[in-house]
Amino acid sequence: MDTRRILITGLSTFWGGRLARALEDDDAIETIIGVDVDDPTVALDRTEYVRVSNQHTLIRRIVAAAEIDTVIDTRLAVDSTVAPPRLAHENNVIGTMNILAACSGPESPVRKIVMKSSAHYYGCERDDPAFFTEEMRRPHPPKTPIERDIVEAESAVRDFADKHPAVTVCVLRFANTLGPGLRTSHTRLFALPAVPCILGFDPRYQFIHEDDIVGCLEHAARHDLAGVFNAAADGVLALSEVADLLGKPLAPVLPPWGTGLVAKPLRRAGMRFPSELLNQLRYGRGLDNRKLKTSGYGYRYTSREAVQQLAKQLRLAPILRDAREPYRYEQEVEEFLRYSPSVRRGQH
Amino acid sequence: MARQRRVPVHEAAEEAREAAEAERLPEATRPESLEVEDLREHLPGIEPDRQVTDWGRSERVEGVLDRTLVDFLYHYWFRVSVEGVDGVPDGNGALLVSNHSGALPPDATMIAKAIKEEHPRPRPLHITVEHFFKGYPGFAMLLPKIGAVPAHPANVHRLLYDESQLVLVFPEGRKGSEKLYKDRYRLRRFGRGGFVAAAMRAQVPIVPVCVVGAEEAQPIFAHLRLLQKLTGLIYVPVTPTFPLLGPAGMLGYLPAKFAIRFLDPIPTDQWGPEPWEDSGLVQTVAEQVRDLIQRNLLDMLSKRSSVWLG
Repeated sequence: MDTRRILITGLSTFWGGRLARALEDDDAIETIIGVDVDDPTVALDRTEYVRVSNQHTLIRRIVAAAEIDTVIDTRLAVDSTVAPPRLAHENNVIGTMNILAACSGPESPVRKIVMKSSAHYYGCERDDPAFFTEEMRRPHPPKTPIERDIVEAESAVRDFADKHPAVTVCVLRFANTLGPGLRTSHTRLFALPAVPCILGFDPRYQFIHEDDIVGCLEHAARHDLAGVFNAAADGVLALSEVADLLGKPLAPVLPPWGTGLVAKPLRRAGMRFPSELLNQLRYGRGLDNRKLKTSGYGYRYTSREAVQQLAKQLRLAPILRDAREPYRYEQEVEEFLRYSPSVRRGQH
Repeated sequence: MARQRRVPVHEAAEEAREAAEAERLPEATRPESLEVEDLREHLPGIEPDRQVTDWGRSERVEGVLDRTLVDFLYHYWFRVSVEGVDGVPDGNGALLVSNHSGALPPDATMIAKAIKEEHPRPRPLHITVEHFFKGYPGFAMLLPKIGAVPAHPANVHRLLYDESQLVLVFPEGRKGSEKLYKDRYRLRRFGRGGFVAAAMRAQVPIVPVCVVGAEEAQPIFAHLRLLQKLTGLIYVPVTPTFPLLGPAGMLGYLPAKFAIRFLDPIPTDQWGPEPWEDSGLVQTVAEQVRDLIQRNLLDMLSKRSSVWLG
């Protein structure tokens, strides 16, 4: 199937913005429309931004009117420090249901859905396998709200895929993300003078660089990948190895017993350990990334290289602070650039 | 099609070496080879600058321990004598199955060291341990560094099939290492035969291994149930040096003479396609492997004149 008319949800997130920018360069793609409740955070050339909430009736009208054939859903929140649990639930579970509802129906033009999910789907437990493959289920039911949301959102997507065999549904489960454009709980912890850990544990960590995030989403947009795919860079690092690469010592600030109790006051002191991260600091997680590789995707960075990139960026951070002008979205300017007859293509 | 016939294990063991050397099945005739062969080509490449593998195994930690403590124990303390190590496959995956004993079992390290020292083509050995250790502080940090892997079927399969590694399992599990001195060298139940199914699935041979000496190196006289509950460990034993000498007493091994016998590999591709689905066959083979190890242990013990001098 040819992908020509794309709708990106979550345009204001890092993922959606970077993806839109990558797709803009391809002339074969006629239209890129981005929807979100917040303004875009990256400068976009021809992507059209519509401010709209996750209501399915509104999105459905956009989908039908623009004859969207591919929906790329980058909206899922996978870090509980980003939003309070209730908002995250609203976005992750209800939002996903609404997007899927907007794509269903006999006369829907949508032929492909790509959903960004997270390796939090698998959780982190003591009796996990060292490398999760896509068909594995988590051994225990999720305990943290964000993991529950992700499992629920994915089951909604699976139901949709079962009911709509004509639509190619692709779910990408991303490992922990690293990159200069990203601020996650992990990048925040790694930016501390020492890398915090739980006393007596050295968990295994797998990462994915932000360029590969965009690469994977683009790969899924351009090819017909049906099913679930793990997206994680080659190489699983021990946390001690990560600290080594960052040039920082490990600080066992969390005790092995009563970890949650100590994490609470530490949160107030500036070290924010979201609950889904505590289990990861204890047991770690590895993913089998070979299914996506067999579909033809080649990762640009390994986990180790992603951490090295982060180390470089962290060293520059105090020097470059506030040096780069952040992009600001101005509706009038963007509309002028897109639609005014005075604008000469490719010159602005 | 002669391979379809069910061959008793001890006959199979004799055929094993011929089978391994003479005619290896062409890749394409193996079941599922097409689908899975692809995946093996997509294993992550090796990054030469890394000192830790994807499993968490650290060359540095392992090397330091190997040159000091393990070397001393192997050569001077336990004076390990080894037979039949040449039978361990030198290129493909193989599942080593051994008896298990000693409160803090020294047998795993000694088997790994024996392959490192005596095998013509030394290879690292991956030792499967209970999931419990992944959740206990200290153990969780140290054990993966020296080559321990949680005993999850998916882990064993990936190591054996995808990475063609040597894996060591103790089917007795903790039932072996916690048994009392009076029960020494009497094998416990061999789990539920999961190790046989794992080897069949991965199409690798089973190498039975018999270890004599570990029972006397750290005999267990009793168990401290209260201390076990308080620490959350799987067991807290009374040994000659523990708890007498404090926690360090757990490393107090008596200088028993070790003997390790590697038996001939048992090929697992002799039972036709998907033999692991036949739980009766899996149980039978597990029982036969257990018998084989028990008989060899008794044979080794009958020839031993002294616990300390061999």
